[in-house]
This record gives sequence, structure tokens and C-alpha cells, in this order.
Amino acid sequence: MNLGIFIEQVPDGDGAWWEMLASGLGWTLGTAFFAWIMAFTLGSIVGVARTTDKPSLVRAGNAYVELFRNIPLIVQFFVWYFVVPGLVPAVKAWVVSLDPTEHQFVTSIVCLGLFTSARIAEQVRAGIQSLSHGQRDAGYAIGLTRPQTYRHVLLPMAYRIIIPPLTSEVMNLIKNTAVAYSIGLVELFFRTREMAEMTFRYFEAFAAATLIYMVIAMSANRVMALIERRVAVPGYIAGGK
Amino acid sequence: MGELDFDVIGRSLPYLLKGLQYTVQLTLVAALGGTVFGTLLALARLSSFKPVALVAAGYVNLMRSLPLLLVIFWFYFLVPVLIQQVTGSERPPQIGAERSAYITFIMFEAAYFCEIMRAGIQSISRGQIGAAYAVGLTYWQSMKLIILPQAFRNMLPVLLTQSIILFQDVSLVSLLNVTDFVGAAVKIAQRDSRIVEMYLFVAIVYFVLCYTLSLMVKRLQHRIAIVR
Repeated sequence: MNLGIFIEQVPDGDGAWWEMLASGLGWTLGTAFFAWIMAFTLGSIVGVARTTDKPSLVRAGNAYVELFRNIPLIVQFFVWYFVVPGLVPAVKAWVVSLDPTEHQFVTSIVCLGLFTSARIAEQVRAGIQSLSHGQRDAGYAIGLTRPQTYRHVLLPMAYRIIIPPLTSEVMNLIKNTAVAYSIGLVELFFRTREMAEMTFRYFEAFAAATLIYMVIAMSANRVMALIERRVAVPGYIAGGK
Repeated sequence: MGELDFDVIGRSLPYLLKGLQYTVQLTLVAALGGTVFGTLLALARLSSFKPVALVAAGYVNLMRSLPLLLVIFWFYFLVPVLIQQVTGSERPPQIGAERSAYITFIMFEAAYFCEIMRAGIQSISRGQIGAAYAVGLTYWQSMKLIILPQAFRNMLPVLLTQSIILFQDVSLVSLLNVTDFVGAAVKIAQRDSRIVEMYLFVAIVYFVLCYTLSLMVKRLQHRIAIVR
């Protein structure tokens, strides 16, 4: 064990190894943040579509979820990084105009965003369907339109109910960013491996990454617990834990 | 964009199938091993002897907070060192990524299977264990004969769904240069410069396999549902 390695300078780079890991952490969190926004938006739309009474919308929503759930994440990364630009000339032209880091970053956000959105769609559907049918009927009875019923009656309850599974999805998303290593995104796991390979300090590098991931997981857990307590509906869902 | 050439798949099919065979093998071993160790971990977590429960909970939470990729690489270089410590040999044995992956996945999946089995055990009413003790069974007898068979049956669909996820997660070993299904495809894709065709093929095969399996699990779920 040699902790001095973290303040040693990176050969042919600027900064020490700890700064390398910190920059990797930045890419991990940045990717996860944008992917989450995308996943939450798309997942909510698809999840709502699956609870409507239009069979075509339900089927399309189901197909969407099955598509992204039944292909390994790393293969999805390869599809977005290699196959899509290879098949669609317009994407190819755009991708070539980006610098490699931007290309990896955008690909990772799109890939993780879509992958996670399928899981969120499943949770949103389950959340809405767990509400009694009376809620929907009550919405219609007081004269709300369908979109208004979703906006003001169903979704506010459904989102609160699914906060615990959404917490796991946030943590899964952050963990899954490590797979972006496969297309060369310089996130935390990429930097960890780089440090281990270049310094032969495998134990120190991996222990540091382990610690950082654990702290992220615990913080994500705390933040979501805080949100859960803040938005708890009195008398309906037990506030906090 | 060059012309697409899907002949590459036919040409390399035996190699790809060998990769798929490794993937299936690793999945089965890890699912079985994970279930066994996961069940033991679940019993430990539910133990009334606090230190055991704490250690088990710590292990499960640690594994669940780390990316699988990090765990794969941890075990890849730790397992030889550990074996060296145990056997006392002079140099770490060369076991290779193919074999260390078995240990990695059993240890990693045990944490996830533990949580499933714990939920399964906790879903059994308390009266059952009380009844088991009342007729004079010991702890291990009541677990083996009364609680675990029911927990297992209740959780079978969830265990199988987790195994499908495991089947997909195994693909990450390709990043250690292991020739699993994805690893085989990567190697062919690079050798023949047929990246688009190969990765598309792999995605389709996984989709068909996993979708079929998940439909079967759904069917099983209806079939074994206990009418209460």
C-alpha cells in the first residue's frame, strides 16, 4: 500500500493521479446526469403511453421496453457507437465532425439514456397501475381532460410511489456509466484502469475507485431519501423510512 | 459506408457458437453458485446473531454499490494473489480471465440472489417457523424442509429473471479479452473489418434469446402461482 502514488505526476500528462481520477469522476457524474434527464423524460412518456386505453400505444410502449431490456448494455454501446453511424450516412457525417471525446460523451448519454428510460417506463407504468381506478374516474368526473388527469391526479401520486425503485435506477445508471469504458469514454473506471496499468499500483487504484463508487452510492441513497421525505403524502405513504 | 456483407456470420459461425457456449456455461454456473451462496448469505443476513448478520449485510451492500466491471477487474487480479496466499506457492498461479470469471460472477451474483432469497424467506409467515420448532425440528431442519422450499418456489420467477440479466451481464467479460459470445464477435469484427454486421447480429441474437426466455418465465409465473 503506497498512498503517495496519488500525488505522483502522471507521465506525459498534466496533474497528479488523484486529479486524473477526479476528472474521471466528473465525466461519470456528467454522463449520468444528462442520461438521467433523458431517461426520466422518455421513460415517463413511454410509461404513460403503456397505461392509456389505446392498444397501439400500449403495444408500441411494450415493444420499446422489451427492445432495450433484452440486449446487453455493452452491445447497445457498440450498436450506438459503431452500427448506427455505419448504417446512417447522416449520423456518420455528423459524428465525423465531432472530436472523439464529444462523440464518446454523446454516444454514452444517448445509450445510457435509452437503456435507463426502458426501466423507468416500467416503473412509471407500475406506479400508475398501482393507483385505484377511482382516481382516474374522479379526475374525469370533475371535468379534467385525459392529459389533465395524468398531470394533476395520476402522475403526482405515481411518482411518489415509485421513488424507492427510482433510487435504485439512479444508482444503476451511475454504475452503468462504467460500461462506457468499452467505447473509450474517459470516465472514472477508464482512469482507474489507466492508473493501474501505468503505475502497476493495481491495489491502490482499484481501492480508490471502490471507495469513490461506495460514496456515490451512499450519497445518491441519501439524496433520494431526502426527496422521498419532502414529497411524502401524509396518510398515504409513510414518510421517510 | 461500404457494402454490407453478412456472409461473415456464416463463415465464423463455429467460432461464435463456441463463444456462446462459454457464455451459457458461465451463466449456468454463476446462477447455480449464486443461488447457493446467495441463500446462505440470506440466512446469515436474517440471523439473530448480530455479527454474522452485519458481515453479510456489509458484503451484500458493498457488492451492490460497485459497478460489475470494477468487480470483474478486482477479481481478475486478486484471485491469483488469494490462491497464492492459500496454497503458499511462490508465484501467483496463472488462472486466466476465463476461469477467474467463474469466481467473480458467483461472488457478485450471490449478493443479488441473496436479496431475492431474503425477500422470499421473509414472505413466509412467522407461524410456519414456529410450527416447525414446535414439532421439534432444529433450525437447519426447519429451513431445509419447511422454509426454503417455499421461499424458493415463490421466488423462482424472480430468480430466473435475475438469471436472464446475468446472461446479459456476462458479456462484460469480453473487456478482459475473454472469448465469450460478444468477445468472439469483437475478434471477428476486427479481423474481417465487419464491425457493423457483427454487432448487429450479436444484438439480434441476444434480443431473440432473452425475449424468448423472458416470455417463458412469464408463462411459468402464471403456471406456478399459488392460489391463496
